[in-house]
Amino acid sequence: MWSFHKWFERHTLILLIGILIAVSIGGLVQITPLFFIESTIEQVEGVRPYTPLELAGRRIYVREGCYTCHSQMIRPLRDEVERYGHYSLAAESMYDHPFQWGSKRTGPDLARVGGRYSDEWHHAHLVDPRSVVPESVMPPYAFLAETELDVAHMDAHLRANRALRVPYTDEQIANAATDARAQATPFGEQAYDFGQRYGEVALRDFDGDPARVTEMDALIAYLQMLGAGVDFSTYQAETPENQR
Amino acid sequence: MGATRRSEMRSDAIAILFILAAIVVAAIFGAANAIDRPFAVQMWTLLAACLIGVAMVVHVIGEGHPGDRSSRYENGVIKAGVIASMFWGVAGLLVGVVIALQLAFPSIFYFPELGWTNFGRLRPLHTSAVIFAFGGNVLIATSFYVVQRTCRARLAGGLWPWFVFWGYQLFIVLAATGYLMGVTQGREYAEPPWYTDLWLTLVWVVYLLVFLGTLWKRQEKHIYVANWFYLSFIVTIAMLHIVNNLAIPVGFGSSFSYSLFSGVQDALTQWWYGHNAVGFFLTAGFLAIMYYFIPKKADRPVYSYRLSVIHFWALIFLYIWAGPHHLHYTALPQWAQTLGATFSIMLWMPSWGGMINGLMTLSGAWDKLRTDPVLRMLVVSVAFYGMSTFEGPVMSVRAVNSLSHYTDWTIGHVHSGALGWVGFVSFGALYCLVPWLWRRQRLFSVALVDWHFWLATIGIVLYITSMWVAGVMQGLMWRAYNDFGFLEYAFVETVEAMHPYYAIRALGGGLYLVGALIMVYNLWRTVRSDAPAHERQADAPATGAQVAAE
Repeated sequence: MWSFHKWFERHTLILLIGILIAVSIGGLVQITPLFFIESTIEQVEGVRPYTPLELAGRRIYVREGCYTCHSQMIRPLRDEVERYGHYSLAAESMYDHPFQWGSKRTGPDLARVGGRYSDEWHHAHLVDPRSVVPESVMPPYAFLAETELDVAHMDAHLRANRALRVPYTDEQIANAATDARAQATPFGEQAYDFGQRYGEVALRDFDGDPARVTEMDALIAYLQMLGAGVDFSTYQAETPENQR
Repeated sequence: MGATRRSEMRSDAIAILFILAAIVVAAIFGAANAIDRPFAVQMWTLLAACLIGVAMVVHVIGEGHPGDRSSRYENGVIKAGVIASMFWGVAGLLVGVVIALQLAFPSIFYFPELGWTNFGRLRPLHTSAVIFAFGGNVLIATSFYVVQRTCRARLAGGLWPWFVFWGYQLFIVLAATGYLMGVTQGREYAEPPWYTDLWLTLVWVVYLLVFLGTLWKRQEKHIYVANWFYLSFIVTIAMLHIVNNLAIPVGFGSSFSYSLFSGVQDALTQWWYGHNAVGFFLTAGFLAIMYYFIPKKADRPVYSYRLSVIHFWALIFLYIWAGPHHLHYTALPQWAQTLGATFSIMLWMPSWGGMINGLMTLSGAWDKLRTDPVLRMLVVSVAFYGMSTFEGPVMSVRAVNSLSHYTDWTIGHVHSGALGWVGFVSFGALYCLVPWLWRRQRLFSVALVDWHFWLATIGIVLYITSMWVAGVMQGLMWRAYNDFGFLEYAFVETVEAMHPYYAIRALGGGLYLVGALIMVYNLWRTVRSDAPAHERQADAPATGAQVAAE
């Protein structure tokens, strides 16, 4: 019965093909259906693409490796729902390229951190975490407040996202750089146009430094919108639309 | 004969020169069109590396002879791999100790203005350095060694193995310097950006071709079991790497890209990759090391041929399914989670099949464990392999995972595998390879190997026990309720409770690092001080190999 295996042992190509078949099946069975089964991601009201400033903030979140200590995925367990809020929905990360669910909570989950603390708290916390949370082991990010946000190629970022089917309009892409600044400049000339393009989103000076739009602005803008999109006072998980 | 070799050599060299020239042009173009500063720095690094590469190839052509011909095997590139393994091993462990200290004592590395010193940027540096730089170099070096001996054929491709070696080092340097500048894709264990990924793809395909080419040249009828594992490791890593890193760059001049998939699909693709980086990089590849070095060192044949056949195919088939156990209770559809957990539990069997095959190879040679600390290291590595491949399936059970996930239990689990299994089997292989390659009769000091073994073992025990306690405690604290039905602890109280365990973990990691430094010293002295051996056993084909292949 064991002699059949000599085919694999004597022919490099047969061994190679055997390996390729063996290692392909699992991935094909598990991953491909996710792109075709409609119920994988339900359509949920309130989930929207990121504004340019938030997208830049997310880029900083990725750049600084925040995902190495913070998750963005609340599990449907009693203690997590009570600690962090409603469990995370698939739709809430549908525009996340890449996803940032994380795998470790050295710090708390951030999936619904939006609106939970003030901008001032975030600013103080990011500059020196232990100034507001003495027991924290988080590193300091003071340099974000000193670094002007680079918005020069913001349109290219939106365009890359649109190529991945994030629904940005031509107008949003064309004005991406000005919109990124506008969102952190509430009394600027562009504020009205920004509001026209993105609707009801936070429009304020996030870092407490009205003179400049910094990386701190972008990161706080991102943190403040995390998980705040869906209105869970009206969301009903059991309705047929949300079961899809 | 010599003349044909020389011309073959030249054609290799010229092909490599063409590739390097193309990359020089691309790097100049990239640097000129850079839209972010890290990208420009990376392009200049790439350019400098390729120019050095050109100089090296031209030098080789100028010398006119294709390397060391004193052996029937190509040993130079393996020696280089052994040295690189030691260097990156120490570097990766050192960064690990630094970030462990950062978590234990957050104020002693306090540089608010220097982003590159932060945990978030150093952690990928640590994981990539130990997995890909240390582990990868060990795998490339040992695979080049093993495939030649078990095929009784010289490494295929003339200069190409050197291209693989230096190309891989360039990949490491680009990835590591990128991390410090904040260049990352934000995917665990797949952090390098798109252009570094492309470069690795090229290097990896050449690696596969060199390996296959050597198998094709073999003088042995059968392909030895270690090579099945090496081949599955190389092929599967190529597949995982390419699919998981599909992304759209923001522009040709940008270091940033957006992954092709998002949210749920991205999560599953990433953990399909992430878990199989464990399964194929850190398991299949190192099992190949086990299948060559343990029989060789114990001077016994592999315990069971049939077991090796069953456990090989079962292992590579089942591992691929296990990824979703990283996503229990997430927004991933539950059928996928269940499928992942089911296969993870089934995976226990082939894993222990491999462990049994490795341990039982010692049958009739158990006494050597007392006298040969290198063999002891190899055997203990297999014991750790068995332990962590039992722990893994347990943690993939939903109920257990609800407690262990997001906690340091996972970190402890990973390190029992990484330090105990991958680290020890690599150290064992390095202790074997240095005397064999440099033709020394014995190691400089067996006593120092003993020191290394015990320091590292104590280090591992401190590491994993502290992380078990920390992880289980944190998981229980998160879900603890008081008598009034409220959550008992604020999150930050659970952070505070971690402090003593983080300190113990850092101590354990420090001991492990000291052990590795002792090894480097010992091996360096082995290379430097001993007289060359009169005979080399190493060039003989593995006795275990033949028996197992019948």
